[in-house]
Amino acid sequence: MTSTDTHAGTTTGATGNAAPSAVVPTRGARFTGAAANYIDERTSISGLVKEVGRKIFPDHWSFMLGEVALYSFVVILLSGTFLTFFFEASMVPVEYDGSYVPLKGIEMSAAMASSLDISFDIRGGLLMRQVHHWAALLFVASIGLHMLRVFFTGAYRKPREINWLIGFVLFILAMAEGFTGYSLPDDLLSGNGLRIIDGMVKGIPVAGTWVSYLLFGGEFPGTEIISRLYVLHILILPAILVAALGVHLLLLIINKHTQFAGPGKTNDNVVGAPIMPVFAAKAGGFFFIVFGVIVLIAATVTINPIWNYGPYDPSPVSAGTQPDWYIGFADGALRLVPPGLEFVIFGFTVSMNILIPLVGLGLFIAVVAFYPFIEAWMTGDKREHHIADRPRNAPTRTAIGAAGVTFYAVLWAAASSDLIATHFYVSIESVIHTLQALLFIAPVVAYQVTKRVCLALQKKDREIALHGFESGRIVRLPGGEYIEVHEQLDDYERWKLVSYNEYKPLMIRPDANGKISVLQRVRGGLSTWFFEDRISPVTSTDIERSHDSSH
Amino acid sequence: MAQHDDGVATPDGVTAPDANDTAAGSAIAKVEAREVSPGLGVTRPDTLVNPGFPPHRARLTDTDPRKEKRAERQVSILFFLSIIGSVLAVAAYIAFPIEPGNMTSVRMNTLMLGLGITLGLLGIGIGAVHWAKALMSDVEIVESRHGTRGSDATRAKALEVFALGNKESGFGRRSLIRNSLIGALVLTPIPAVVLFRDLAPAEDPVPLLKHTMWEKGTRLTRDPSGTPIRASDITIGSAFHVIPDGLNDSEHKLEEKAKAAVLVMRLDPADLVERPERAEWSYDGIVAYSKICTHVGCPVALYEQQTHHLLCPCHQSQFDVANHAEVIFGPAKRALPQLPIAVDSEGYLIAQSDFLEPVGPSFWEREL
Repeated sequence: MTSTDTHAGTTTGATGNAAPSAVVPTRGARFTGAAANYIDERTSISGLVKEVGRKIFPDHWSFMLGEVALYSFVVILLSGTFLTFFFEASMVPVEYDGSYVPLKGIEMSAAMASSLDISFDIRGGLLMRQVHHWAALLFVASIGLHMLRVFFTGAYRKPREINWLIGFVLFILAMAEGFTGYSLPDDLLSGNGLRIIDGMVKGIPVAGTWVSYLLFGGEFPGTEIISRLYVLHILILPAILVAALGVHLLLLIINKHTQFAGPGKTNDNVVGAPIMPVFAAKAGGFFFIVFGVIVLIAATVTINPIWNYGPYDPSPVSAGTQPDWYIGFADGALRLVPPGLEFVIFGFTVSMNILIPLVGLGLFIAVVAFYPFIEAWMTGDKREHHIADRPRNAPTRTAIGAAGVTFYAVLWAAASSDLIATHFYVSIESVIHTLQALLFIAPVVAYQVTKRVCLALQKKDREIALHGFESGRIVRLPGGEYIEVHEQLDDYERWKLVSYNEYKPLMIRPDANGKISVLQRVRGGLSTWFFEDRISPVTSTDIERSHDSSH
Repeated sequence: MAQHDDGVATPDGVTAPDANDTAAGSAIAKVEAREVSPGLGVTRPDTLVNPGFPPHRARLTDTDPRKEKRAERQVSILFFLSIIGSVLAVAAYIAFPIEPGNMTSVRMNTLMLGLGITLGLLGIGIGAVHWAKALMSDVEIVESRHGTRGSDATRAKALEVFALGNKESGFGRRSLIRNSLIGALVLTPIPAVVLFRDLAPAEDPVPLLKHTMWEKGTRLTRDPSGTPIRASDITIGSAFHVIPDGLNDSEHKLEEKAKAAVLVMRLDPADLVERPERAEWSYDGIVAYSKICTHVGCPVALYEQQTHHLLCPCHQSQFDVANHAEVIFGPAKRALPQLPIAVDSEGYLIAQSDFLEPVGPSFWEREL
């Protein structure tokens, strides 16, 4: 079965059929052939090459976001391996005796001292530390953007719901990797981060005190936490991450990539470049570009200057401290809790000021994780969807996404509440109060605005698909009437505007027993919310009608 | 499966074999046998017809051999630049060593090494992408999708495998074996959970959290030097970061410090509001409060002299030192615990006792 072919009949010759038959192979070709034969006779790899070698990948800039995540992860693995050769994950106190003069003679953990040695006594050590840190920041950021791309184009729909869930797990793992790694140098800044984690864990009802005690191997900070985080950071978490990443990519290959609607592209085909050679060259080249850009940033921009913070000490702290960006939303949630939310019941202390952010954020990310399943249940659509939606063509989904992004953004801004206050000369109280209000108001506003903008864009698309666009050319008809000539779209352009799925709200009907179940009511309500305001795609009848009614 | 050359499809993915047959948009022959529910999806008979692929447009490098040659040169120049970059990186490693104590040398080493590696990487990356975009075939290729679901025959085979497995093992039939196996499997991980008990020492953490190093008569000393403080050293409006005497020699220095760190401030006694039962806890306007935030435990290190407010830099809880360090803003609930202090015969500040309540973040058993 041949499943691939060039779509334009004239170009079949251009795809490299210049196979000379009678020519005697060169020595190089003979060697390659023998080597290939040797490997294939032992691995049967020709089957794999045949299957995936010409697999098609559709092209769109937004499809690169996941690639950025993948490549920055490879950079993290490479630079991280280098760092493990020099890092000493131990909290044994030592007297610093390295090259950084201001800290000479100061007592610190071996972890901090070895981090300083990596920075100041090993050539390229600081570069690799900064490559590792910048790549980590980029890793989490690109996963986040990749998830937003998948969300806003509906690429999580059947058959990709499970892969969305795996991707979500990867996002959580990436943040866990980030936090454990950030804590390893045992500097003042990260130590305060661990102190906050300790305080939050202690705020968990019933088990919190013990969880903290076991985690830190005694009282905070103890002498164990760095080596334990190290094992998590370089062994367990990466192992799970690599496994989940493997499944993620495997499912990507099994499901094949989504593509945007376009002329010739259907739900039953994939249109794009084959892995060999174009996609391999582009993606392979892109890996080197991502790597190169990370190294360029690391060579020129300092990140996490632990030597300025000094070793961890529970007493000092610097003002205006910030966690790495991806922890910001959690830190912001802690900051926005109003005062007084802690009480004692039957002698037990319940810290709602910690539980509310924990549970709130837990619910938020649970909605993110399970959104595809909720939407699939609501639409009841069992078809496979391989055409990515333009965000405007799913107005309610896009609006929900915008509300979620806004909610996250407010929490994120709250993590910098003190810096906002000092940079804009406003009081910290007013910043907090404003953000508290925005946390609830801004997502609603974002939702409404986004939904209206989407519907307006859809209307515009419909208008253009039906009547073309104004050419600006005014013509006087023989009867004296002036009209503006509308330029019609060609079929290819129009197709991009009209090919999308349409849904309608569920009509609630009684079941066989004459009853309407609660679930059906919920589904009816949800689907009305989603699809009551909708713009139908242009049909051929619409076009005929518009031609009839036009001049 | 049929080739999709100029394939025509309706938006819901049903392929029509020939564009000409569907001009009216009605009689669409459905190729797929399986019919799946579109749920709330609307399917219309008169959806527009996919116009098929637009004609391919050749690039300049396809039509102009000079442009093609030029692109070829550019790609190889980029690869040569990469080679130069990698060589430069090695040269930089040797030519810009780190001189102990010289920060400029660290910076130059990082920068030059980094720039060399960057050139080595970007040369390959940009070269390869340029090669792909300008010289490799840009004709888009079509591949058919097949439903993700296995074919009915495959699924029947898979079911048969399970049925045979069940039959040959008796998994379904021999319920005693099955249920006892499930029970055994559920219990096996439990020893692994128990094993983790010794992550922490044997003793109960709760009493540890309720006591600090402070005792009756412990001198208040400066953080971090450990020199004692006389009451007369502290002027009105000043704040001292304080640790208990002997902390620097303590075996568990950081653990003790994480609980025992204290801030001492002197206020004008006229500004100080004091409950009668705490009237003896201060000395001539000098008060001592735990430095560990009652929210999640950051050091409450910022003292505002004019307002007598303490601010936690982590989550901006604010405490009013003039009024028992009560919370006046932010997520913390409880006031900072006060350390009762006095002055010994030599004029040094000493603690009257330990804190009378646990310091630091709240925990479940705190009030027990």
